[in-house]
Amino acid sequence: MIEPKTSKKICGMGHRMKRKEDARFLHGQGTYVDDIKLPGMLFMDIVRSPYAYAKIKSINTEKALEIPGVLAVITGETLKEYNLHWMPTLMSDTQMVLPTDTVMYQAQEVAAVIATDRYAAADGIEAVEVEYEPMKAVVNPHKALDADAPVLRTDKEGKTDNHIWHWESGDREGTDKLFEEADIVVKENIYVPRIHVASIETCGCIADFRPATGKLTVHLTTQAPHAVRTVIALVAGHVGLSEEKVRVISPDIGGGFGGKVPVYPGYVIAIAASVVIGKPVKWIEDRSENLQADSFARDYHMVGEIAADKDGTMKALRIKTLADHGYTDAAANPSKYPAGMFSICTGSYQFENAFTEMDAVYTNKPPGGVAYRCSFRVTEAVHAIERMVDVLAQELGRDPAELRMQNFIQPDQFPYHSPTGWEYDSGNYPAALQKAMDMIGYDELRKEQAEKRARGELMGIGVCSFTEVVGAGPSKDFDILGIKMFDSAEIRIHPTGKAIARFGTKSQGQGHETTYAQIVAEELGIPALHIEVEEGDTDTAPYGLGTYASRSTPTAGAAAAKAARKIRDKARKIAAHLLEVSEEDLDWEPGKFFVKGAPDKSTTIQDIAFAAYTNHPQGMEAGLEAVHYYDPPNLTFPFGSYICVVDIDKQTGEPKIRRFVAIDDCGNIINPMIVEGQIHGGLTQGLAPAMFEELIYDEDGNILNGTFMDYLLPTAVETPHWETGHTITPCPHHPIGAKGVGESPTVGAPPAIANAIVDALSHLGVTNIDIPITPFKVWKILKEKGVTNA
Amino acid sequence: MKTKEITVHVNGTPHTKEVSTRLLLVHFIRDDLDMTGTHIGCDTSNCGACTILLDGKSIKSCTVLAVQADGKQVTTIEGMANGAQFHPIQEGFHEEHGLQCGFCTPGMIMRAAELLEKNPNPTEEEIRWGISGNLCRCTGYQNIVKAIQYAAEKMSTEAETA
Ligand code: FES
Ligand code: FES
Repeated sequence: MIEPKTSKKICGMGHRMKRKEDARFLHGQGTYVDDIKLPGMLFMDIVRSPYAYAKIKSINTEKALEIPGVLAVITGETLKEYNLHWMPTLMSDTQMVLPTDTVMYQAQEVAAVIATDRYAAADGIEAVEVEYEPMKAVVNPHKALDADAPVLRTDKEGKTDNHIWHWESGDREGTDKLFEEADIVVKENIYVPRIHVASIETCGCIADFRPATGKLTVHLTTQAPHAVRTVIALVAGHVGLSEEKVRVISPDIGGGFGGKVPVYPGYVIAIAASVVIGKPVKWIEDRSENLQADSFARDYHMVGEIAADKDGTMKALRIKTLADHGYTDAAANPSKYPAGMFSICTGSYQFENAFTEMDAVYTNKPPGGVAYRCSFRVTEAVHAIERMVDVLAQELGRDPAELRMQNFIQPDQFPYHSPTGWEYDSGNYPAALQKAMDMIGYDELRKEQAEKRARGELMGIGVCSFTEVVGAGPSKDFDILGIKMFDSAEIRIHPTGKAIARFGTKSQGQGHETTYAQIVAEELGIPALHIEVEEGDTDTAPYGLGTYASRSTPTAGAAAAKAARKIRDKARKIAAHLLEVSEEDLDWEPGKFFVKGAPDKSTTIQDIAFAAYTNHPQGMEAGLEAVHYYDPPNLTFPFGSYICVVDIDKQTGEPKIRRFVAIDDCGNIINPMIVEGQIHGGLTQGLAPAMFEELIYDEDGNILNGTFMDYLLPTAVETPHWETGHTITPCPHHPIGAKGVGESPTVGAPPAIANAIVDALSHLGVTNIDIPITPFKVWKILKEKGVTNA
Repeated sequence: MKTKEITVHVNGTPHTKEVSTRLLLVHFIRDDLDMTGTHIGCDTSNCGACTILLDGKSIKSCTVLAVQADGKQVTTIEGMANGAQFHPIQEGFHEEHGLQCGFCTPGMIMRAAELLEKNPNPTEEEIRWGISGNLCRCTGYQNIVKAIQYAAEKMSTEAETA
């Protein structure tokens, strides 16, 4: 366990502090965007395309405008007058806000109705008459590059195909050579399907433009309020929305997971409507709109290969990927990384060489490519490598845990330079795997499996030893639309020794109001209960890039510690003044300075705070506050080992998770209770795509499961009881030795589950099953192999 | 637009209003009564974020019309605590870290209220089935189960000493 250094009263790092934010939520007093009501507020609803690809022949708004309460219908033509009908995506592609002539995916925004209440707006969209001329949609990404495929992005001058970009990483020739010389090569097609984050709160906003002041306030479900403010100013500067006149407030957020990073057309339409009408306009999307039109995640078609020696030494890795980005590249990635951190795909293993390449294509599907609780495409990379290690183990007839142990990067090899250019900061992979094996009783389980197999029963054990890369990121490499990916903290100590701390990030359930307070408490000895944490209001918080990709602790958490240390430096000067000694004569313990060798001569941080306003030394500025913008020197590399045990019903094909042990290492832990909570949630969002979730389209581009009736989120019944544990390998470059954690389990769980299910069927010659692994998929295999006659 | 005057008793207080006959109960509670603790997370009656008690039974208030609640007793999350003091279920969620973003939480708590009313001493399995009409995307349910177990224990001790 982690021994806290501060008292329970101070509640610094390592304490299982109960969350400070809980009370308002438990009393039903949270303020989510749809809870906000402004005087004169209007409502917006959106007409959406029933077709995946169609020409718009006409839009008739007459009948809609006759409905009592309907005030306006906004179309692409309306926005065109203000040159607001297109917007840039975060990957510098372009996206329609509202179309003027063509729709490119089903559920695309076609027009917006503004009305005095939600029911009238909903009636309004039913009454808007749109005439379409459907065209043959490009749905299959493999066919998108065929010579006879229609070119979708005719808006782009000179575009002659549906190719978006080619990207590669590593050493092609060196890798090919190792493959040519290898004893053994294994190869597998692996698809990580299109899924949706589906936070329980959907997206929405209230755009509130005041003509008298020219100020626009947008209450918005966003994980990155500052970035959005800058984007609004860049996109709508020409209509007078200059950045000082734009205030973005991200209120309480009902889950984000990456889906609330992008700027959606609905936000822009609501802003335009408010500016034109001069009244606040609220837009809250339905769940179906959320699933059908908001950014998806994943959708990577991968071909993985490993070259190895006969003795199991892994030599080289090769992965070729086709990425389906839908209608536009609206991925939420750092600018320089079109495929995010995918090149972390060598994972926890020593490869002599590696090469990965990827092509992205346009199709008639919704745009996106956001994370689903992971750091920019790490999940896809980890799924590929962790599945491929099992494929190799199967080929060699080796135990997958043992093969991992043999090939791990060893603890003394850190900082480790990977063949694709990453510098892993720290790790101890064998320790985490060993701990997981001990906890679950690995050897016993293998014995049990052998006995069951002899009796014809299906049981599988799946191992995954993942390495994450989180905390984007160092400004030399990381930016979004040019804005560097630092993050910030501003701390002010009040005269009575209490504090307010503000951040450029934005919690969506991660518990920042508690954990950030604990970091400041650790550094300053002020009780965490007396440190108020605020985020999300761009008029008051320091600039930062927001919360996603497990970056809050690595960046803003570090900024909190650094700003607190600046305050402590000033406090030391004041303490020296109060105690009439020199600064060098002072020692610090959480909450007070004391004179070396005379511990009873001391002054508390509270006394010092008071003195900062009442009795500060001559020549010193009054007050006690600091700001820090933290630019991390490197990313952080949390890791873990997961083991999953499944039993499969031979007649129905239903796999049931019997046990799941998760050992995580996220460096030093700020609040163990919150970390465990993050891991439970992340594991469940790993279970979801592994066994249940996939957005499915038919060949015309119709979504077949765009509601919660058929897009299956796991309930409490499908979710197993998670067994968690940890090892601690502090991050060497982070001021408090912490790494990110929120996403590790989402990354690590799917391959552990897939490996367990494939393991249960491996004796039948099964080497891969694409997730989600449903009972039907398993049953089909059992039927084909003659295992079941059901 | 057809309207009807209704009286709904919400957390013990009667509210009389003229409402549209198609108004959903969840919108009546949120928009007309300004009690925004009851949430909306879907349009297909799947998520349970809107769960309240109607005459003591947990229901999804997005699937009931306001006029159907005429003359009935509604309990929402705002009616659970005694002033600032948590109800044992709320306390359980706080103690066991049963909430993260908090969006599903009011619905979960209202569902748990009826669950514990009917079955004061549920097993883990019974709790999991009992809340299976309520989706949570953040917690993985494990601490929600613990929170409800905590409340069950506290409520039965309180019942004994009462
Ligand atoms: S809002 Fe989802 S069930 Fe009522
Ligand atoms: S706490 Fe976020 S949905 Fe349950």
